[in-house]
Amino acid sequence: MIQTLAFYLFASLVIASAVMVIMARNPVHSVLWLILAFFNAAGLMVLVGAEFIAMLLVIVYVGAVAVLFLFVVMMLNIDFAEMRAGFINNVPLGLLIALILLVELIMGVGAWSAGGIALGTPDGSAAQGLGQSNIEAVGALLYGKYVFLFEVAGIILLVAMIGAIVLTHRQRPDGARGHQDIGKQIRRRPQDATVLKNPDVGEGVEL
Amino acid sequence: MTEFFESLGMSYEWAWFVATVSGVLLIALPLMLAVAMVIYVDRKVLGAIMMRRGPNVVGPFGLLQSFADGLKVFLQETIIPSAANKGIFLLAPIITFTVALAAWAVIPFDAGVVLADINVGLLYILAISSLGVYGVVMSGWASNSKYPFFSAMRAAAQMISYEVSIGFVLVCVVLFAGTFNMSGIVMAQKGHGLGFINGFFVNPLLFPMFVVFFISALAETARAPFDLTEAESELVAGYQTEYSSMSFALFWLGEYANILLMCSLCTLLFMGGWLPPVEWAPLYYVPGIIWFMLKTFFFFFLFSWIWATVPRYRYDQLMRLGWKVFLPMSLVFVALISGYLMATGHFTGASA
Repeated sequence: MIQTLAFYLFASLVIASAVMVIMARNPVHSVLWLILAFFNAAGLMVLVGAEFIAMLLVIVYVGAVAVLFLFVVMMLNIDFAEMRAGFINNVPLGLLIALILLVELIMGVGAWSAGGIALGTPDGSAAQGLGQSNIEAVGALLYGKYVFLFEVAGIILLVAMIGAIVLTHRQRPDGARGHQDIGKQIRRRPQDATVLKNPDVGEGVEL
Repeated sequence: MTEFFESLGMSYEWAWFVATVSGVLLIALPLMLAVAMVIYVDRKVLGAIMMRRGPNVVGPFGLLQSFADGLKVFLQETIIPSAANKGIFLLAPIITFTVALAAWAVIPFDAGVVLADINVGLLYILAISSLGVYGVVMSGWASNSKYPFFSAMRAAAQMISYEVSIGFVLVCVVLFAGTFNMSGIVMAQKGHGLGFINGFFVNPLLFPMFVVFFISALAETARAPFDLTEAESELVAGYQTEYSSMSFALFWLGEYANILLMCSLCTLLFMGGWLPPVEWAPLYYVPGIIWFMLKTFFFFFLFSWIWATVPRYRYDQLMRLGWKVFLPMSLVFVALISGYLMATGHFTGASA
């Protein structure tokens, strides 16, 4: 009873906030609705007993990815009039993409109802997780059965990360504006930086 | 508690419901009281270090000062700036406050005294504390004012940066404890140091992580010396600038509830939670919750002490500390600790 209620609560909130993501006029509102959708999706995960995935969803998507989204969207100064002008121009493209997605969905559902094909279907190893906690089951699969794929994914991410750093990093030459020598800053002592003067009354100070 | 309500003749569902609601109230109401008293302690410690009296007028020793402040704030008018984004402006303090309270659901105050004893407790805390940034960012943006906006930008960058190193520190603790459950982590610390000291902090591999966690906790809660989000000399009052009355009070309460949460996390992860400091039978006559509160209070005292002592960081130094010092350091310690545990055959059963 309470599970059914909670399911319909979370599910309808996910759908409603997903609709609001594209309906909202303000991009910042869109991102906030998106965050609500993520959060309710995590609630659905908890309902099916995948609490580890739910927590990861909140930590990774809500806690990190969406914050950066919000950060960027807030920094952009979006001109609404210009956006609405672009809307008409992009309608054909949007319709085309929607059509492709629809065809793909229909094909996917059709293929699924026609019966599965033997293409990496799980060989009962999913049942291995019974009686284990979430984290242990995911860990055993990720670091046992799929360790090669997992490490490949890790290397791809590492390459992307290094690429991003290389693209944005610029070495400032010594003495240029903004160049910092942290060791030099830490070595600075009060004696080197400040001078105490005790001038007599009515006399100036020669610095 | 569910059994107790069942014994009163309720069905299981109702008993569970009533037990959970009363459990929430049993945590939230004393927590609010604790926040009020802790604000008083904060001001008193600050006063003592600055050699002045601190609050001493309202009630005996000024004990009721926080309640007087609360009443004053409650009676003030809520001002909403005309250029503000009204809905988000009002939602932001509510989010800060709710999130600060929600994390307490998995904190064990004593053996078995916990609202939700879930096996991903630590991840839950990480998830909830990463939501804290939304209150700040939303308030900064919705205020439609320059200083709150700067503050929101700073807060977003700062909290994300320090969450990374906090995450790695938690991984180190979990590696030693072998569980994500908060009670399990506390029990793993029983007799950890030389067989009689309860706490991970005596472990030479975990002590540096303890220091990193404590400093990151300061940054995560935007306390001095990392209070750049509300640096009064640069940003008026940061993201709270446009807020008044109860919406301001909610920020204030949420902030201190978060600070208390971080203090209790230090206690639970490194100081042995509700266990007495050393394994000595007479110490077990003191209820566990007293030990828990004493340790949490000790960490809160450290927070106030640091506030009164240390000057504020520059923003680029803050980022440098997070990304160039703490992140590599905690990464190295994750490798070191897992290597040590593998070499000594510490891993057992399920995780092997």
